[in-house]
Amino acid sequence: MEGSTSHDFKANATRELANADLRAALSGSDRTFVAGRARVVANLPEFDALRDAAKAIKDHTLANLDHYLEVWERRAREAGGHVHWAKDTAEARAIVLALCKRAGARAVNKGKSMIAEECGINEMLEANGIRPVETDLGEYIIQIRHETPSHIIAPAIHLTKAQVEKSFRETHTGLDPARDLTEPRALLTEAREILRKKYFEAEVGITGANFLVAETGSSIIVTNEGNGDLSQLLPRIHIVLASLEKVVPTLEDASTILRVLARSATGQEFSTYTTLSTGPRRADDLDGPEEYHVVVLDNGRAAMLGGEFHEMLRCIRCGACMNHCPVYQAVGGHAYGWVYPGPMGAVLTPALIGIEHAAPLPNASTFCGRCEQVCPMRIPLPGMMRKWREREFDKGLTPRPARQGLKLWAAFATRPRLYRFVTGLAMGALARLAGRKGRLRRLPLAGGWTRYREFPAPEGRTFQAMWAEKRGRP
Amino acid sequence: MSGPRVGLFVTCLVDLFRPTVGFAAVKLLEEAGCTAEVPQAQTCCGQPAWNTGDRKTTQAVAKGVIAAFEGYDYVVAPSGSCAGMLRVHYPELFVADESWKARAEALAAKSWELVGFLVDVLKLERVAADYAGIVTYHDSCSGLRELGVKAQPRALLAGIGGLHLRELADAEVCCGFGGTFCVKYPDISDRMVSNKTKSIVDTGADTLLAGDMGCLMNMAGKLQREGAAVRVRHVAEVLAGMADRPAIGEARDGGEGA
Ligand code: SF4
Repeated sequence: MEGSTSHDFKANATRELANADLRAALSGSDRTFVAGRARVVANLPEFDALRDAAKAIKDHTLANLDHYLEVWERRAREAGGHVHWAKDTAEARAIVLALCKRAGARAVNKGKSMIAEECGINEMLEANGIRPVETDLGEYIIQIRHETPSHIIAPAIHLTKAQVEKSFRETHTGLDPARDLTEPRALLTEAREILRKKYFEAEVGITGANFLVAETGSSIIVTNEGNGDLSQLLPRIHIVLASLEKVVPTLEDASTILRVLARSATGQEFSTYTTLSTGPRRADDLDGPEEYHVVVLDNGRAAMLGGEFHEMLRCIRCGACMNHCPVYQAVGGHAYGWVYPGPMGAVLTPALIGIEHAAPLPNASTFCGRCEQVCPMRIPLPGMMRKWREREFDKGLTPRPARQGLKLWAAFATRPRLYRFVTGLAMGALARLAGRKGRLRRLPLAGGWTRYREFPAPEGRTFQAMWAEKRGRP
Repeated sequence: MSGPRVGLFVTCLVDLFRPTVGFAAVKLLEEAGCTAEVPQAQTCCGQPAWNTGDRKTTQAVAKGVIAAFEGYDYVVAPSGSCAGMLRVHYPELFVADESWKARAEALAAKSWELVGFLVDVLKLERVAADYAGIVTYHDSCSGLRELGVKAQPRALLAGIGGLHLRELADAEVCCGFGGTFCVKYPDISDRMVSNKTKSIVDTGADTLLAGDMGCLMNMAGKLQREGAAVRVRHVAEVLAGMADRPAIGEARDGGEGA
C-alpha cells in the first residue's frame, strides 16, 4: 500500500522506542488526557447512559445509512450546498483539485481533517502548485516539520515543547532571535500572528466534519482554537471533507454525541468551538463563503457495513482509545505507519488498506481491554482485533514460526496424557537447569523474553504429578 | 464433605511453573467448605490459539475443557485470564454449532476466578493467614476488565495480620505480558513492564501480588533483571498462608541470591 508502513510496524516501533523526545513528549500527555477524562466522567453520573444513547444513535443511523445520507444530501442541496460523492481517495483528490483550480486558488486554508490526511490532500495541492496553510496549531507545527499527525486529535503530541520552539526559530526567520518562547502561550501567539496574515490570502478553505446532520443538511466541526471558523469563513469557497459514516439524523443526536465526544477526547465538558455550516452565505448573512461543497468519502467504509467490522463505523474519532493504550503510549502514533494509530487504527487500517498491508497492527495488542473500557461508542476493539487475527490466520498470513509453534502446542494441548508426560519431563529439566538460583538468565528459543528479563524457573514437579500422588486419581 | 463440588482449572502456568498456587487454591476452597477436585484431562484453556486467530484449534482445546468440567457445580481458576477465557470467550467460540454453544454457555455461567469466587459466591470475608510485609497489588487486565476482580482481593488482604497494602500508581495499566505478545513484540513489552516495575519500586513495597501467573512471571523476571529486591507471589499463596516457599524466580534454600 503506497504511503503506508503499517506492515513494518515492528521495525517502526523499535525505532520509536529509542526516540527519547517521543518518550518525554508522551510521558506527560497521556496523564493529562487520562486524568482529564476520569475527572469529567466522575462528575457526570449519567455518563454511561449517555454512551448508550450515543451508541444507539449511531447503530440506528448505520442500519439506515442510505436513507439518512439521502435526506442529508437533499437538505444540503436545498440550503444551496453542493454534494460530491467520492468512491475512493483518488476521486476525492480530483474533486478538490477541480474546485481549487476553478477558484484560481494559490493558497488553501485548512482546518484539521483526518479525511484530508487519508486522501493526501496536502501533497496533492503542493504537487499542483497550491499552498496548503494549516490553521490548527498542531497541524501547523507538523507541517513546518514535514511530518504526519501522530494522533487523531492532537497531531503534534509526539513533540516536546523544545522541539517545537526549535522549529519555530528555524522557520520564522524574520523575527527577533532573542524573543522568549519558553511559555507554551508564546508559541501559540507567534503561530497565530503568522497564520492570521495567511488566512486572508486563501481562495479556498478546507475543513473536516465531525457530523453531517440529515435534518438540516448541515456539517459540524468542533475545535478548541476557533481556527476552523476562520479557515471556512474567510475564503470564497468552503470545502468540507467528510466520510459517509459521519451522518446523524438530527441536531439533537449530534449534541448527544458531542457530550461524550469532548469528555472522552480532552476531558472537557464541551469543546470550545462548535461550528455549524449550512449552505453558503445567504443574502443577509454578514459573512460566509460564496460556495459550500461537501465531499463525502467512502474509501472502503460502505463495504464494512453489515460485516465483522461494522461496529467500527460508530467511531467518532475522540482518541480516548489511544490515550489509554499502553502500546500506543510506548511507541507513539507514527509507528502504526498510516493515518489512524492506536487501537482504532489497528481495527480500521486493515479494513481500509487491506489486512495484507497492515497485518501487524491488530497483533500489536495485549488485549488489555482498556480501549474498549473507555470507548464512548462501546466499540469492541480487542474483539475486532482478534477477528483480524482470525482472517490473517485463515489467509495463511500468520508468520510461519507462530503457526508452527501453535501446531506443536496444539498437538500436546489436545492430548492430556501425553501433555502431562512431556511437560513433567520438561519442567523437571528446566528446574534442574536453573538449579538453586530459581531462575534463568538465558534460555534457548526464549530470546525475546530473556533479552529483557530473567526467566523464573518452575518449582520442579508439575502440580498434576504431585496431585496424582497426593490424592490419587479422581 | 458437603458444600459445592468445585473443579479446579489449574491453568497451564500454575501446573507447570508454580504448583504451590494450585495447592493454595485447593486449600482456600476446602477451608471455605467446598469439595475441590482436579480433573486430569485438562491442559490449557486455549488462549494461545484463540489470540493467534486459530479458531479450530481453540475449539478442539475448549471441547476438552468443557467435557472435563461440565459435571461440577463450579469451575474455578487461579487466573483472571483463563477464567475470562472460559467465561467470556468460550461462548463466542461456537457460533454455528448450537449444541457445543449451549455446553460452552453452561460452563461459562459457572466459571470463576478464584478470589472473585471466594468473595462473591462463597461470601468469604476473612482468611486465616498472616503475612508480615508491605504489599502492593497489580490488577491483571482480564480479571479486572472481563470479570470485575478488583475489590475482592483487597477485601481479603485487608484482613491478613501484619500485611500493609500500598496501592500502585497505574495499577490498572497492563504489565506488557499479553501471552504471546511479550515474545512477538519484546521491545514494546519491555517498555511496558519497565514502566510497571518503576511504579512497583516507587511504592517501597517488599512484595508484589497479583492473580495471574503470566503477569507475575513477567514482572518478577523484570524486577530480578533490574536487581530490585521485591518478592513476587500469587495472591492465593498469601491468602492461603503458604507464602513460606521461595517467591517466584527466587533462589531456593541455600542458593545464592541474584
Ligand atoms: S474507537 Fe472509540 S475511543 Fe477510539 S477514537 Fe473511536 S470512538 Fe474514540
